Amino acid sequence: MEALFTANNVWMMICTALVFFMHLGFSFLEAGLTRQKNTVNILFKNFFVITAGLLLYALAGFNLMYPGFEEGAIGFFKFAGWGIAPPDGGMTAAYADGGYTWWTDFLFQGMFAATAATIVSGAVAERIKLEAFMLFAVLYVGIVYPIVGSWQWGGGFLSSWGFYDFAGSTLVHSVGGWAALVVIYFLGARIGKFSADGKSNPIFGHNIPIAAAGVLILWLGWFGFNGGSVLSADPEATSLVLVTTSLAAAAGGVVASIFSHILYKNYDITMFMNGVLGGLVAITAGADQMSTGDAMIVGAIGGIVVVLAIALLEKLKLDDPVGAIAVHLFAGMWGTLAVGIFGAMAGFDQFMVQLAGVGIVGAFCVLATLILVFIVKSLVGLRVTKEEEINGLDDAEHGMAAYADFSLSKK
Amino acid sequence: MKKIEALIRKAQYEDVKEKLHEVGVTFFSYWDVTGIGNEKVGRVYRGVSYSTSAIDRRMLSIVVNEEFVEPAVQAIIEAGGTGNIGDGKIFILPVEEAYRIRTGEKGGETLN
Repeated sequence: MEALFTANNVWMMICTALVFFMHLGFSFLEAGLTRQKNTVNILFKNFFVITAGLLLYALAGFNLMYPGFEEGAIGFFKFAGWGIAPPDGGMTAAYADGGYTWWTDFLFQGMFAATAATIVSGAVAERIKLEAFMLFAVLYVGIVYPIVGSWQWGGGFLSSWGFYDFAGSTLVHSVGGWAALVVIYFLGARIGKFSADGKSNPIFGHNIPIAAAGVLILWLGWFGFNGGSVLSADPEATSLVLVTTSLAAAAGGVVASIFSHILYKNYDITMFMNGVLGGLVAITAGADQMSTGDAMIVGAIGGIVVVLAIALLEKLKLDDPVGAIAVHLFAGMWGTLAVGIFGAMAGFDQFMVQLAGVGIVGAFCVLATLILVFIVKSLVGLRVTKEEEINGLDDAEHGMAAYADFSLSKK
Repeated sequence: MKKIEALIRKAQYEDVKEKLHEVGVTFFSYWDVTGIGNEKVGRVYRGVSYSTSAIDRRMLSIVVNEEFVEPAVQAIIEAGGTGNIGDGKIFILPVEEAYRIRTGEKGGETLN
């Protein structure tokens, strides 16, 4: 028993490290798909999110997300107090059915928490004020993310309704995606993205190899994100989850690349990458409920959803430089609903509960983001000046260059 | 003395260089340029279609004595041409004087 507890805990700590590694993946993806002049800024934001996110989670987030709702409570909001201190028996197998210790629990969940703000970071890239982003991230990761999480993973009302979100298609990805959507609506598009006559213009990512490395790192990290969400090293469950996760990622990528070739007649590596991520986000809600065939279908549709969502946002003149909203919000919603359509839990009632969960979380996140955007806007303003944007945020916000003494050969 | 400025396809550069060497022109500078021309290329990035008229070419700058002008021009035309639109252009400009910095001497001799 003690050996099993140790083995479980080791697996959970490995998964914690893998989820931590995802922050490098996000950093690379966002830096690669944006322009060189904003690279320091992107990296700064990503550093801020993982560091401040973890501190906030220790300060309040963990106790806001897992407050221990009383029997019979509605399970909407409860705060179990400041700081972190293990409860009695928190380091024994009695805590969490021998799956992990309380310390592991905190750190694993803490690594997740920052992800929601990282999603926003990519969507608002290249024109948001650094201080506006930092303030927003603190409030969103510190308050909004853990409250929504408590509704399901903290034993709140969504979980008592039977809502299912295995590793966070809704609770992590859509929560970040909704915020990203609302913020870019108020922030506006980057200069040059849309012409006065309404035409869309491309703004090229400056380092595709870095972006590609980011996506593959994210896939690797997802083994921890989903694999750890088993909450033990259960041999059958963890191995199945790694298989469904990988198959969905593969199907999402292949289908997105073919689908975008059918639509646009070119093999766009960035669509391939977004498709892989779409597959990963989509399978996340039901990774332990799907057969291999289900996983491939869920991932494949996730890939199509991402390509269509990118086109939809372009049409609506919403500028998301890295495709974060298409991937995390749209594929996240799809994956959550898919639990009611495919896999062991499929059924009409389950689908309706999934739909309700998606809707409620969406409404809450939009409302919360509206309030936070208003606060941030009145305190520090949202957007840099035209000159700062054109010269690049690295220069304007940091006085630094990402590649100060570096140049590439011409072909 | 004349200066020959030639805009050529990057893909033809090696051929042009060899041909110039063959006619005795062994000293010149070049750099990569981007220009706007008649050619338009349609492309797509992340589902956004756009067309670019920015064309990558290589610029050669060659200063030679009179007797080398015609052979050099013919060498560039021969080796730089593919027969398709976009092969480039050649310009001839007068050069007033040339100096060799090391010795301070001037005139056509400095080009040899």
